[in-house]
Amino acid sequence: MRKALQVKPLENGTVIDHIQAGRAGKVSRILGLENFFNMWIMACNLDSKAIEKKDMIKIEGRELSSQESNLIALVAPNATISIIKEGEVVEKRKVVLPASVHNFIICPNPNCITNIEDVNTNFKVDKGDHGIEVECCFCEKKYLIDGVKIRT
Amino acid sequence: MKNLISMQDLSKKEILNLLQLAFQIEENPDSVDLQRKVAALLFFEPSTRTMFSFDTAMKRMNGETIIMSGVDNTSTKKGEIFADTLKTIAQYADIIIMRSPIEGAARYASEIVEIPVVNAGDGANQHPTQALLDLYSILKTQNKLENLKIGIAGDLKFGRTVHSLVQAMSLFDPEFKFFSPGFLKIPENIQSFLKKRKIIFGEYDEDMKPNLLNDLDILYVTRIQKERFASSEDYEKVRGSYCLSEEMLTHVKSNLKVLHPLPRVDELSTDVDDTKYAYYFQQAQNGVFVRQAIIKTLLGGV
Repeated sequence: MRKALQVKPLENGTVIDHIQAGRAGKVSRILGLENFFNMWIMACNLDSKAIEKKDMIKIEGRELSSQESNLIALVAPNATISIIKEGEVVEKRKVVLPASVHNFIICPNPNCITNIEDVNTNFKVDKGDHGIEVECCFCEKKYLIDGVKIRT
Repeated sequence: MKNLISMQDLSKKEILNLLQLAFQIEENPDSVDLQRKVAALLFFEPSTRTMFSFDTAMKRMNGETIIMSGVDNTSTKKGEIFADTLKTIAQYADIIIMRSPIEGAARYASEIVEIPVVNAGDGANQHPTQALLDLYSILKTQNKLENLKIGIAGDLKFGRTVHSLVQAMSLFDPEFKFFSPGFLKIPENIQSFLKKRKIIFGEYDEDMKPNLLNDLDILYVTRIQKERFASSEDYEKVRGSYCLSEEMLTHVKSNLKVLHPLPRVDELSTDVDDTKYAYYFQQAQNGVFVRQAIIKTLLGGV
């Protein structure tokens, strides 16, 4: 007799779809899923009509706030969020790039005050020529989002 | 305006208001009285000129100063938290004027104290009072800020005065010529800033040829620091190419003024000092009027 599959559809939780292929790991770090004890699934390189290849994340028992989902826009600007309740999709939303992020990014500049004193970081977010750019509000240095580390 | 931390925070109107007030103070030195007001000058990194300039500015308005220079004789050596130092000094003074080698230090200070903070230089980041006194010097010598041709020579990569000046002048439709050795050229982020604002600029990474200077209104010369070079031979090769001398000014426009934030090393020959184009010592004097205007503005109507 075949054993039943471990992965069931979500009862209550969040589906993050249309993540650009290869970026699901970054999304999971943003959401701190390494330390999340409920079931969550990351699926990579799925075929997609909208974008060539995509990643997807399903999280059981956690409903993302719009603030949390907008942080995802930093690494996956085309992601879509579906909120599931009792097996049904009750809300669908797109992620929106936040204008600024607080205490989220570590400034790569070793001579920045945020790396010397106990200061919460604050970064302005903008779309640049080569991708999403963040600018430290303290040392005023600009970086591509792929070049910075995230506070966990 | 509560603090002066970065040129990025200032609107064109705020800049012009500050320059206007500096003019009034220069013409009528007794018009401002800051008796009983105390400025704390906190120089976590020594800078004699900038400190004296602020000290003079405060005293010209009958104000007083308390001064900390370097970190040797302060509690920062005893391990006191930076924030505690600032909060304590804020109990004694009406305004904090600070220089630090750490980028973003003045912004942080402005967030933790109630009194106004002036950034007198934070590492390689900003030096807004220098940028404002440069603008004041340009306005005074050209009678306008709009549509000027400005040459900037020297270390354009690390020079924070250059970055602040370029950003500030960009509000006034200038045209720039940048003269620097290839590895010290103006950084990518400043270039894209200029392109976004559709400001015309040219880069010249060979010698500073005299014919390139002939259509300029302002030539801003900055120091090329020997420490930036890999070897002293490399430095020797470059240093002559960017040295401005009297003979290079033979065919320049009569309204040209040569500015320099000082101190100079080899990049500006002393034979320029006696020409009508030299303006760098008056520029230093202008710094006092501009700093008076900044302090007065931040301390409000007195």
